[in-house]
Amino acid sequence: MKFMLMMNAPRGNGDWSVSDWTAEDLKAHIGFMKRFNQELNEEGVLVGAEGLASPGQARIVRAGKAGTPEVTDGPFAEAKEFLAGYWIVDVETPEQAYAIAARASTAPGPGGKPLYLAIEVREVMGGPPVDP
Amino acid sequence: MSRTRDERVGEHLLRELAPQVLGAIVRRYGDFSAAEDAVQEALIVAAQKWVEQGVPENPRAWLIHVAARRMSDHFRSVLARRRREAVVQPLAGDDLELRVDPEPERDDTLLLLFMCCHPSLTRPSAIALTLRAVGGLTAAEIARAFLVPEPTMAQRISRAKQVIRTTRARFQEPTPAERAERLGAVLHVLYLIFNEGYTSSEGSSLQRVDLSSEAIRLARSVHHALPEHGEVAGLLALMLLTDARRLARTGKDGELIPLDEQDRTLWDRAAVVEGVALVSEALSRGSVGTYQLQAAIAALHDEAARPEDTDWPQILALYGLLRRMSDNPMVTLNHAVAAAMVHGPTRGLELLLPLDADPRLADHHRLAAVRAHLHERAGDHPAAIAAYRTAATRTSSLPERNYLLTKAARLAAAK
Repeated sequence: MKFMLMMNAPRGNGDWSVSDWTAEDLKAHIGFMKRFNQELNEEGVLVGAEGLASPGQARIVRAGKAGTPEVTDGPFAEAKEFLAGYWIVDVETPEQAYAIAARASTAPGPGGKPLYLAIEVREVMGGPPVDP
Repeated sequence: MSRTRDERVGEHLLRELAPQVLGAIVRRYGDFSAAEDAVQEALIVAAQKWVEQGVPENPRAWLIHVAARRMSDHFRSVLARRRREAVVQPLAGDDLELRVDPEPERDDTLLLLFMCCHPSLTRPSAIALTLRAVGGLTAAEIARAFLVPEPTMAQRISRAKQVIRTTRARFQEPTPAERAERLGAVLHVLYLIFNEGYTSSEGSSLQRVDLSSEAIRLARSVHHALPEHGEVAGLLALMLLTDARRLARTGKDGELIPLDEQDRTLWDRAAVVEGVALVSEALSRGSVGTYQLQAAIAALHDEAARPEDTDWPQILALYGLLRRMSDNPMVTLNHAVAAAMVHGPTRGLELLLPLDADPRLADHHRLAAVRAHLHERAGDHPAAIAAYRTAATRTSSLPERNYLLTKAARLAAAK
């Protein structure tokens, strides 16, 4: 079964809380993510993973009258959290997905301390079931 | 570029022979990874030579001979390296002569399956290794079939091989006592491969290896090796009888069509006939198992020309037998469905009640979906709508969710 693990990050001060981090903290965080993805790959469970650009870059798009894209800056000021990135993993049980999410949640932040970010775990829908 | 028929025949033959040759080489030399390389090289040589010179009289012996020679080369170079490193150790398998028995190809495929489905492997690893080593699929093909990236699948396969190496599972023949259990594990892995193919989402299916057909092919080879084994025949029959309905079970937009609404003229008659013959013969031999019973139930569905011709009393009796043989709550659930068909929806709903206390099924979408159907048949639409919606939130199948939501919406509109 496949699960999407969505990492939600607090918005913090300004555009993105990571903008306040020191270079060492950033380096540790990036190194953690790189190793984590490598581990998931070696465990044979990684389907995909991406980090997303800062929420300030986000645009909201709706189709206009003739189907033309109508693009606006997102009204993100009131949002406390945003989607920072996601993983899709292929595992045997939901518990395995939860265990991977817990590992992601320990990504280090300022001072090298675990961030304990909230990871939303959702199962990816599959095809038709087996007939009884 | 189109290829000649001969080339395709040769390709097919190579795929059939590959696991037998690999089994023979691993049995002889033990080292799985080296054996795999040697067999790959032999297959490449064969693909060229056979097109130029025609297929040899005994293609299997030819391949084993070439692969064995590669193994000898491999061991000689290992030996030479060790000599250079002054750590000389005696190595088995240094002679070229490999006797090719006329009949052991059956056992070789089976032994390879025993190794690939070894209990020390996780199920995804066993599935990947089986498709690679016995099915002869590439890591890329397996990856596409499971909709995962190729490196992920390649990792699964190499981890599986590593486990085989480190646990020294290698290629030991199971003892007679172990054999039944190990065969059970093999059948379970084949069943999982079949289900994966049967339930995989649509999408780019044209570029994907059909896992259901692959599972049927592998089950056939086990049946060929053990023609007298009832459960092997039962599993092959179950796959054929289930796969026979594949074209009819989804509409053109991928929407789910339940059994009683399927266009039965779309069912694959040849597969039904073969499956029915297999399961009938297996059951006549006396030792009944769960795959045979499931196949017998599938056969009763497949043999009914119209839904109303379905022999539900017989299906109910078979689920009764199945319940006594396995502690699977899904069987209890299906037993309740059959009871409802024979004795009415109220009886079915009664039989569902104990399942609410079973943690394996209490929150399962199938329990809610069956309850919804039975409430609908009993005329209790509000209860049916609620249960359909509950089931829709719990299923992880997209076509099934759409089906359940549509059922709820239709009943709600009819109020």
